[in-house]
Amino acid sequence: MIISVASGKGGTGKTLVATSLAISLKDGHKVQLLDCDVEEPNDHIFLKPVIDRSETVSVPVPRIDEEKCTYCGICADICAYNAIAVFGRNVLVFPELCHGCGACRYFCPEKAIVEKKRRIGIVESSSSDGIAFVQGKLAVGEAIPIAVIRKVKEYTDSDGIVITDVSPGTSCPVVQSIVGSDFCLLVTEPTPFGFNDLALAVETVRKLNIPCGVVINRFGVGDTKVEEYCVRENIPVLLTIPMDAGIARLYSRGITLAEGMPQWKEIFLELFKKIEDLVNERSRYS
Amino acid sequence: MKIAISTMGQTVDSEVDSRFGRCRYFVIVDLETMQSRALDNSAATGSGGVGVSTTQTIIKEGVEAIITGNCGPNAHQALTAAGIKIITGITGNVQDVIEDYRSGKLKTSSQPNVGTHTGMNPGKITD
Repeated sequence: MIISVASGKGGTGKTLVATSLAISLKDGHKVQLLDCDVEEPNDHIFLKPVIDRSETVSVPVPRIDEEKCTYCGICADICAYNAIAVFGRNVLVFPELCHGCGACRYFCPEKAIVEKKRRIGIVESSSSDGIAFVQGKLAVGEAIPIAVIRKVKEYTDSDGIVITDVSPGTSCPVVQSIVGSDFCLLVTEPTPFGFNDLALAVETVRKLNIPCGVVINRFGVGDTKVEEYCVRENIPVLLTIPMDAGIARLYSRGITLAEGMPQWKEIFLELFKKIEDLVNERSRYS
Repeated sequence: MKIAISTMGQTVDSEVDSRFGRCRYFVIVDLETMQSRALDNSAATGSGGVGVSTTQTIIKEGVEAIITGNCGPNAHQALTAAGIKIITGITGNVQDVIEDYRSGKLKTSSQPNVGTHTGMNPGKITD
């Protein structure tokens, strides 16, 4: 079963939930944690894994063979990312805009485009401490995390429980991370920002036809808009985590909730049970 | 000779738009006849590589120079490759800017004056 942990708004507690869920489950299950927040992966701070494998992630970028090129401009027209420009007898390639889709090479009538690899990040993995851990790291200055996320997801071992920690927002990296999940856990907070971005995230997961449930973190602050919205939209609130200085203190020291306050382990196991029931119920009716 | 100025409006009475790639319009001026017209910048709302696609549009107009507020590295490289002069750091009324250009007061810039994605955040101008 693949459970992705997303949020919309940043800083609501995705990492808190993803790491504690993984730690709570590891004694009774085969657990994998994929940190797909490749621009700032931070699950490692809490799991402290010993990295035993590192793999380079590259994207293919076009190189123009000027001997064959007739400057027809088809490559520039076809490029959805404006990574190629043709002016007169000048072809410019902007590697950092290139998504590596290969359309330019495919459509070049002169076969004048070859691809070279450009390194954009790494994927690290570890199997220490009962959790198979994988994280992607996008190289500093790179703008397109998709290829790194895709590589992280290649490690998915769906025999066990896979927990995917997703980046904030609702854009391409988020979609790339959550697509293929059996369930998406949306972590939010009871504030106007949390509410606004939760609604956007719900729209996104619904479009992908992934069932979702909500975790309200810092419960007790703000207002009741998130809860009212969940009732209105028929989205189950699966867990609330109170606004608590003790939790914040643990987190600031890199200690998961499940380890720092062991009573939370049971609560996360219950959360998993609820998710499992929702996923099974759905598969019965589909 | 023609020049293109990134603008907020469609006439020479409008203000210079600080953004190059994501400006709403260009006012294209023929310096011999002093005729001007507005060009809708269709590339402005693209998701990425806007500096490059806007340059492709501008090139088709056959201008010798572009006048704008900020020009990032991708657009700068593309405009330079296309042999178009780049004048950055310009604000104010388009009519005044045209006069300044004609009297040789404006200097071309050999380097981008901002980083990538500056035009996505019009409230924040870095230099």
